[in-house]
Amino acid sequence: MKLISSESVPVRTPEDIVAVRQAVRRKAVKLGFGLVDQTKVVTASSELARNTLDYGGGGIVQLEIVESERSKSGLRLIFEDRGPGIPDIDLALSDGYTTGAGMGLGLGGAKRLSHEFEIWSKPGEGTRVSILRWK
Amino acid sequence: MGGFLLVTIQVDMHDRLALTLQDDLTSMVVRHRARGVLIDISALEMVDSFIGRMLGTIASMATLLDAITVVVGMQPSVAITLVELGLPLKGIRTALDVEKGMAALQTALAENEDGGDEAHQQ
Repeated sequence: MKLISSESVPVRTPEDIVAVRQAVRRKAVKLGFGLVDQTKVVTASSELARNTLDYGGGGIVQLEIVESERSKSGLRLIFEDRGPGIPDIDLALSDGYTTGAGMGLGLGGAKRLSHEFEIWSKPGEGTRVSILRWK
Repeated sequence: MGGFLLVTIQVDMHDRLALTLQDDLTSMVVRHRARGVLIDISALEMVDSFIGRMLGTIASMATLLDAITVVVGMQPSVAITLVELGLPLKGIRTALDVEKGMAALQTALAENEDGGDEAHQQ
């Protein structure tokens, strides 16, 4: 996989979640994603940006345009925080589980809306979630 | 008898704004003795779990205040995404557009009143 371009957007306030959605939308449009694919990746980014803010205490999202070996283009989003981390990732991924005020759909929902999903988290160090949607 | 409140969401709302709308709308149901709330989301390009929850909360609060909520104008791409996200918005009445939403509100209110009368007769 080849990295074509990269841009980072901070996630510090609820307004930043809107800015992330808009930045992701712009990239998806630029890549020629159809409306449904745009909506899926924008919605996934909104869920993950909110997790970064609410559970990670804020962080950053990296928006990357990538290209596969077969020249297929995709949008990869990497959310990183230095928050308390997730002690039990499997539990955090299960629908309906939440330690906060939300619905517990964020991680599992974002995973379902993406083609590829990776999560790394260590208690006391932070969390990194990466999703990828191919065109 | 109260009328209907019509709310059109025109902007990409941040979370605090969504909560403000939820609270304002609930107060307005009481202030205007509204029997129905119509929420037009046709301008929304995305509904995530937060906005979805807000819509559900508005509907629940309105029900407690004896009003019926109908969400209208959801874009097909938003509906597809919501189901995949795992949030099918169960319990929320929807209609394709404002006109159909108004008709749905009127029908639902008429049925409610009929139901009420029957209950009294029994």
